[in-house]
Amino acid sequence: MVSRPVTALRLETDPDTCAGAGQCVRAAPDLFDQDDDGLVVLLRAHVPPEARERALTAADWCPSGAVTAHDPS
Amino acid sequence: MTRPAPDPATDPATDPGPTAADGDDTSFPLARTCPFTPPDDYAGMRERADLTRARIPSGKRPWLVTRHEDVRAALSHPAASSDARNPAFPALGDGEQVVAAELRPFIRMDPPDHTLVRRMLVGEFTVRRVRAMRPAIEAVCAEQVEYLLSRPAPADLVADYANRVSTTVICRLLGVPLEDLEFFRRITSISGSRDSTEEEVGAALGELFGLIDRLIDDKAKDPRDDLISRLATGPLARGEITRHSLLSQIGITLNAGHETSRNMIPLAALALLEHPEQLELLREDPQLWPGAVDELLRYLSVADVITLRVATEDIPLSSGTIPAGDGYIALLGAANHDPGAFPEPGRLDVRRTQRNHVAFGYGTHQCVGQNLGRLEIEIALRTLFDRVPTLRSELALADLPARSSSAIFGLDEVPVSW
Repeated sequence: MVSRPVTALRLETDPDTCAGAGQCVRAAPDLFDQDDDGLVVLLRAHVPPEARERALTAADWCPSGAVTAHDPS
Repeated sequence: MTRPAPDPATDPATDPGPTAADGDDTSFPLARTCPFTPPDDYAGMRERADLTRARIPSGKRPWLVTRHEDVRAALSHPAASSDARNPAFPALGDGEQVVAAELRPFIRMDPPDHTLVRRMLVGEFTVRRVRAMRPAIEAVCAEQVEYLLSRPAPADLVADYANRVSTTVICRLLGVPLEDLEFFRRITSISGSRDSTEEEVGAALGELFGLIDRLIDDKAKDPRDDLISRLATGPLARGEITRHSLLSQIGITLNAGHETSRNMIPLAALALLEHPEQLELLREDPQLWPGAVDELLRYLSVADVITLRVATEDIPLSSGTIPAGDGYIALLGAANHDPGAFPEPGRLDVRRTQRNHVAFGYGTHQCVGQNLGRLEIEIALRTLFDRVPTLRSELALADLPARSSSAIFGLDEVPVSW
């Protein structure tokens, strides 16, 4: 996780860990989707600064740890 | 805080552990003082430097986890086991322990068994699938609010509206014919009560499983567009799940899907009637409704005591370590009223922006039907307040009969007029 104020983020998702709760889609429908089986689909791995808050919320709401946000590198 | 004297007569089967002092046990579960808010004593437990040890009716002594960060950590930790077959599993009633160990509903399973069952269900409840259910749920609520209005006032918001809405929605999704709307209410009032004996729970669930068993046969031959048909022709036909397990999984989906929203809708309606300024905000700006539903879920926390676990390894938390082998209860209502996570947690604020509440739990067991639950509660409340703008409660809050022994908190009856 990063804590610098306004910067981009890189998202990672793990469908094996995904519980299909759909919290990432609620938090950031522009960044995440669910497949027909309910599992996470990452729409954009590289998050622009304007979507940063939504991306962090998705990582926070994800109950299973399947969504993680990282420093872009 | 209730601090009963040590009782040597109580079953000592559960090892108290080296850190526990008998005189410090809190008798649990605790009753709500106000039907809207989790027990007052949770505040003291959250502020303590260590974990609280409870004594539950079975004589077991699980730890109580109360802080928001700790509840999330304790529910998402890989060592959090939900397996009710473990003797340390802290079921609040003996009936529940035996029946859950035997039937193994997926809420009381661990991976990989849990993962297998959960993945048979999550596709039914995706954000997209649930969004498509909106018109159907609106039609159900519109029909049931007319039923409520057709009753002589005072009518009962539980039996004459919420129970009918929640039962109809979940039965249609599963493909259960709607012949007797009170049937499921009767079953869950027995199966979900910690006062029920093992025999009573077994008999009630036997009745329910008989119905589901017949439906599985019918739908295997003549599948329709519903969940039971898809499970019967898919995982069951392919041998991925046993019939015994499938009955349990459909049974718990029906029970959980109907009891939670049935209890939430009347309580939420009352909470808004008690806070008319909040209801006014919603009337002025209906876009606030989705956030208001999350706030009501947080504020009311009806599933407070459902998250029972056993630590299979030490689980370190900010308030202490749960030792390997011990049972614990992650109190969702305590976490949702933690002032560290939600400023002024006792205030109902439909414009609150923090939405990381744990009303649906946390971790891999977080409610599979939560997206449906949110939408159903929203539409049920909006329909009610739009169609019955003069709705009022006939009883003072303190006089409303509570389902105090139920796993999901709710009121037995809410007489209303208009």
